[in-house]
Amino acid sequence: LDITNAKMTEREERRFAEVPRESIKLMAESTGVELSEEVATLLAEDVCYRLREATQNSSQFMRHAKRRKLSVEDFNRALRWSNTETVCGYGAQDALPFRPLKEGELFFVEDREINLVELALATNIPKGCAETMVRVHVSYLDGKGNLEPQGTVPTAVQSLSEDLLKYYQQITRAILGEDPHLMKVALLDLQSNSKIAALLPYFVYVISGVKSVSHDLDQLNRLLHMVKSLVQNPYLYLGSYVRSLVSSVMYCILEPLAASINPLNDHWTLRDYAALLLSHIFWTHGDLVSGLYHQILLSLQKVLSDPVRPLCSHYGAVVGLHALGWKAVERVLYPHLPAYWANLQAVLDDYSVSNAQVKADGHKVYGAILVAVERLLKMKALSLTLAAEGGCAGLPGTATGAVGFRENSLGLSPPPEPLSEPPLGIASHLQAGGAGCPWEEWTPVSLPAMYCELYSFFGDSLAVRFSTDPPLGGAPPSGSRQPLEGRKEPASGAPNLENTRKMPQLTASMNISPRQDGSPCMEPQPPSLAATVPGRSLARSSSSSSVSRSRSSSSRPGRSTSQSRDIFPKARFPLPQVGPPAFSFIIGGRQMGRRCQGRRFQTSFTPTPPLTTLPPRAYAHKLPVIGRVSKPVRRWTCSHYSLHLPL
Amino acid sequence: ARHNSYRGKKMAAVQDAPMELDAEKETKPEILSDGTSNLSGNTASGTLSSPPLTAGGAPKQEDQQTLIAVLQFLRRNKLTESVEILRREACLEDQEDSQTLDGSGGGKGDGDGGDANSLLSRVSIASAAAPQSTLTPIPVKSEYDQPDVSVVLSAYSQQGDPSLYQVYYSSLKNFIESVLDCHRAELSQLFYPLFVHMYLELVYNNHENKAKAFFEKFSGDQECYYQDDLRILCGLTKKEHLKGNEALLDFRTSRFVLRISRDSYQLLKRHLQERHNNQIWNIIQEHLYIDIFDGMPRSKSQIDSMSGSFAGETRREVNKAKVFYGLLKEPEIEVPLDDEDDEAENEEGKPKKKKTKKDSMGSKSKKQDPNAPQQNRIPLPELKDSDKLDKIMYMKESTKRIRLGPENLPSICFYSFLNAYQGLTAVDFTDDSSLLAGGFADSTVRVWSATPKKLRKVKSAAELNLIDKESDDVLERIMDEKTASESKNLYGHSGPVYGVSFSPDRNYLLSSSEDGTVRLWSLQTFTCLVGYKGHNYPVWDTHFSPFGYYFVSGGHDRVARLWATDHYQPLRIFAGHLADVTCTRFHPNSNYVVTGSTDRTIRLWDVLNGNCVRFFTGHKGPIHSLAFSPNGKFLASGSTDGRVLLWDIGHGLMIGELKGHTDTIYALKFSRDGEILASGSMDNTVRLWDSMKAFDDMETDDFTAATGHIHLPDNSQELLLGMYHSKSTPVTHLHFTRRNLLLAAGAYNSQ
Repeated sequence: LDITNAKMTEREERRFAEVPRESIKLMAESTGVELSEEVATLLAEDVCYRLREATQNSSQFMRHAKRRKLSVEDFNRALRWSNTETVCGYGAQDALPFRPLKEGELFFVEDREINLVELALATNIPKGCAETMVRVHVSYLDGKGNLEPQGTVPTAVQSLSEDLLKYYQQITRAILGEDPHLMKVALLDLQSNSKIAALLPYFVYVISGVKSVSHDLDQLNRLLHMVKSLVQNPYLYLGSYVRSLVSSVMYCILEPLAASINPLNDHWTLRDYAALLLSHIFWTHGDLVSGLYHQILLSLQKVLSDPVRPLCSHYGAVVGLHALGWKAVERVLYPHLPAYWANLQAVLDDYSVSNAQVKADGHKVYGAILVAVERLLKMKALSLTLAAEGGCAGLPGTATGAVGFRENSLGLSPPPEPLSEPPLGIASHLQAGGAGCPWEEWTPVSLPAMYCELYSFFGDSLAVRFSTDPPLGGAPPSGSRQPLEGRKEPASGAPNLENTRKMPQLTASMNISPRQDGSPCMEPQPPSLAATVPGRSLARSSSSSSVSRSRSSSSRPGRSTSQSRDIFPKARFPLPQVGPPAFSFIIGGRQMGRRCQGRRFQTSFTPTPPLTTLPPRAYAHKLPVIGRVSKPVRRWTCSHYSLHLPL
Repeated sequence: ARHNSYRGKKMAAVQDAPMELDAEKETKPEILSDGTSNLSGNTASGTLSSPPLTAGGAPKQEDQQTLIAVLQFLRRNKLTESVEILRREACLEDQEDSQTLDGSGGGKGDGDGGDANSLLSRVSIASAAAPQSTLTPIPVKSEYDQPDVSVVLSAYSQQGDPSLYQVYYSSLKNFIESVLDCHRAELSQLFYPLFVHMYLELVYNNHENKAKAFFEKFSGDQECYYQDDLRILCGLTKKEHLKGNEALLDFRTSRFVLRISRDSYQLLKRHLQERHNNQIWNIIQEHLYIDIFDGMPRSKSQIDSMSGSFAGETRREVNKAKVFYGLLKEPEIEVPLDDEDDEAENEEGKPKKKKTKKDSMGSKSKKQDPNAPQQNRIPLPELKDSDKLDKIMYMKESTKRIRLGPENLPSICFYSFLNAYQGLTAVDFTDDSSLLAGGFADSTVRVWSATPKKLRKVKSAAELNLIDKESDDVLERIMDEKTASESKNLYGHSGPVYGVSFSPDRNYLLSSSEDGTVRLWSLQTFTCLVGYKGHNYPVWDTHFSPFGYYFVSGGHDRVARLWATDHYQPLRIFAGHLADVTCTRFHPNSNYVVTGSTDRTIRLWDVLNGNCVRFFTGHKGPIHSLAFSPNGKFLASGSTDGRVLLWDIGHGLMIGELKGHTDTIYALKFSRDGEILASGSMDNTVRLWDSMKAFDDMETDDFTAATGHIHLPDNSQELLLGMYHSKSTPVTHLHFTRRNLLLAAGAYNSQ
């Protein structure tokens, strides 16, 4: 065998090893047999073949043993198949050192001498082979199928070592300590350390300490940051600890914290932050704990419906709902609003000095509700648009418009929230959870109805939001005022087509909005507005800005009705106007268009051919409904037309 | 000249007595070679012998034609005396007078004569041995019509001139390379079988050097996936060696199957007829089976996807048999509705799923799957109470199952065997993932508990007598607490354990070993119950039926055997593979068994009658892993070539190819719902494939099913959903828990 191997290494260029007949002769001589050349040649060839055959057979054993390396044992088994004596003495798994001898072509396996006496008397007795055992390694995925870094030891297996404990102490000390820099470092590490799985329960316990530090906003903040770091750590599997974290966060959102007694403490920000955190936890880890969403909703609702609770708790509930997405607002806040409104109204209407603080809080709540419902409206409208996507695509228009529009719809990436509505059977959960919630009889309210109702609460301030809110009214006045224009004439330079594109349904409602000067969203409206006296709001709006004034002054009913219908692709009535309607597209500010012609964009628009290209009827009939929103409230007519003034 | 006369006599004898031919054929090789050496008296030509041939008619005309050709030859070489003798003896006077004057200018000498001798001897042998070419040469009508001598000679030197083999082969090669592209791919299929047959014939006829030269010259032309075979072939240069090599003997005797379109076939036939390349033609006739189909010739990629096996492609009719691949009706078991684990129920989306699950279970049990076999087609063991309990557990677990998909891949648990210096060779998990068994190269089988519950033996008989048999917890009492441990070793084999398989009820474990036995172990007592002897060679794999009781084993003896645990002899022997049966699996409905082999083919056997009902080719290396999809419709197979192939059992078609692994695939498993296929390989990776997409993409209409021509989309990259690396642990086994967590196992390899 050795010689074969020798030859194999020697002539690698050969297809296979050969045993030279000299070797055969030598071997024969060593056993005392004299061979003739001929016999030796034949024998050599045969030996060669047999060796190859055995090697090939042995490779089968190797393959079935699931190894890459052919072992001597494999070869021996193959030899046994052919009833040949096996090669003994080479069973070791280690590779055999194979040496060439300088003089002459001789290769041999090094066979060192072993001093048995030394071995026997050796004091360092080698340890026995470790027991064969099975270890489990987990490569787990998060709920979205992303592979978590591999090779992490599962939490269950890992034990708490000295080092970990030290780490825990350092981290908690740093986070809760005074040094903001240290805290930052600690939080960062907490966010990225892959080896702290075993410490998770401890951290969760620390965080649950929020209840004991409710007087200290700073500490609360730090604990919330700790939650954030833990939640963001990709190596941590939070599992059921999510529940505990959520309850801590909820505490910060909902509880009338001791710190909030002092009006100078900005606990509102804390609540906002906590609400954001809550939504973050929910969206990233919500799938870890069953029914989490439902539970959160329930507790938020409980707080909201409890009039005894202080306003800051209510504020927390509202921002919490807002953070959980517009669906949550729709399900919980919206149905609850009428009942709640009375209380809030009472607070806001009380102008007594003693009530000043409470009233300020009331404004906070009012603002929060306003923000929440606005987003609800927008998202709902947007979801309708998206649902009717196909219907929009075929909107006729100028060629460029059509193209641009298509680009639009392509570029339109649905925002994550309204679409990634959690795949929970919310309704079923809620029903199961029962507890006399309004959602048992909850039926989706149509957008117009919802708008009507909300408008009855908020009046114009609601609409103001629409026209000024940056994400939707991206191309500020133009987009909001005549989103359809932006839609039909994308080439006309509206930079933010995507946003205008989403607007159409809102247009109808925007008719009511006379005020263009966007006040900052968070600024609560004067309570007087909430009374929703249309006349008042109109009066106010007409007096407040020159735009609205000028608009309202030139009210052309017929024109604008046709316009408002035209907004929707399905024009059921023949367009009343003769000649192509001219749309003014104002890129600049509100009044600029009127004065400087250079900034005014005028384009002709061929009237919609009778809708051959507008396919889905469902869409077509859905939209005019929204258009009619403003109708029942007849008293608004003036403001209703005011928007079309530039035309 | 004297020799010639002898030969002439012999030929005459042959011609006079064509009847004897048939009788002679039975014992041909030996007799003939003896006969020739005696006859020729010339050692060189005496070594020429002819291999066995198939029977056929021996038209007299052909003999005559041969004689004429021989006469011509003799005349040309001025061997007039021989001519005379031959003519006299063969009574051919009437046929030719005009040609007598033909010969002119002698002086060719003895050397030529010697050549003639050897040639003639060949001719004679050939005519004696195989006058029955199905390709009828042009009949002799007049002297003007006489065939060219060399042509006729070549027609009969069928086993013939070793030096001409190269010529034959290269002429065919030239032809094939010159034909239109569409035919070339198809006809190229001929290269390999012809090459092997011609080489083997040369070897068989002791033309060692010619064989070597032939090999040298043409082995490079063969498709790369035949490398392994070529490596075996190249060492084989002696007839004696051939005798010992069963695989190659099988190759010689079995027919290599080729699928060729009618057009291509006609082209080939015409060519061979024109060139009178009868040598090739005979090999085609005798050793190849050409499955001719009508329609477009197949493309190279189509051919490549199906070829690669040791015996060619599948004959179309082989896969026509009906296979009942549907699942058996689930026994109706009332699931007690306890909502103690409402936590899980409240999980998002779960309640709905549970409902549908139950419905589907219900509907499944109500109506029989049309593709399912009769419930009692194979007698199956009756369900015990414990089985029913287990089924209930299974259903409960399956309600909590994670629905996998491209967006939702399974997490993976890797069970690494540490300190497995002895060599881990096989792993199996129980269906409920509670136990883990490893087979090792040191002949041991070890069983671990994968749960905190320890393994305990049943108490000894004496102790069992003492316990109260009426007590409620008798099942607990019979266990010997003292023996509780995390793992148990099972000793009994005397060779590496290559296969282990748990029984579905977790009471038994099977292990197959190099020592030629399959052993059945009790997991109650952790002792060996039975040693099944039948395979006399290593048993590479064994697998329990999904219903227990039956199991299948396959080994080096090239057969798979079906056993029942209470029979010491096999119930069925599935023979047909040309090489080792390397892996065996039961179909989920227990009516079929699938085997993969070193001959690079997969066969599906009907347990009922032992027939081979499906025969799949396409792998380019020995098959080492097989897995049925849970619905029983599909099969996945993995081989040493690192590819996974997917098969539609009902239609008998290959429907997918998953490329990506770089080494042998030792483990394949479908997720519980069949959405994901996991493959584990020697290359230390587990890959996840979108099997749903793979199945859906391939629409197997009846047409493709009829022709069997598939276009495999090259979409491995799209189908590959994920990959898990281990540092240095080849993946030996894969298992999906009932909740669809993926478990993988392998031995950490420190080198």
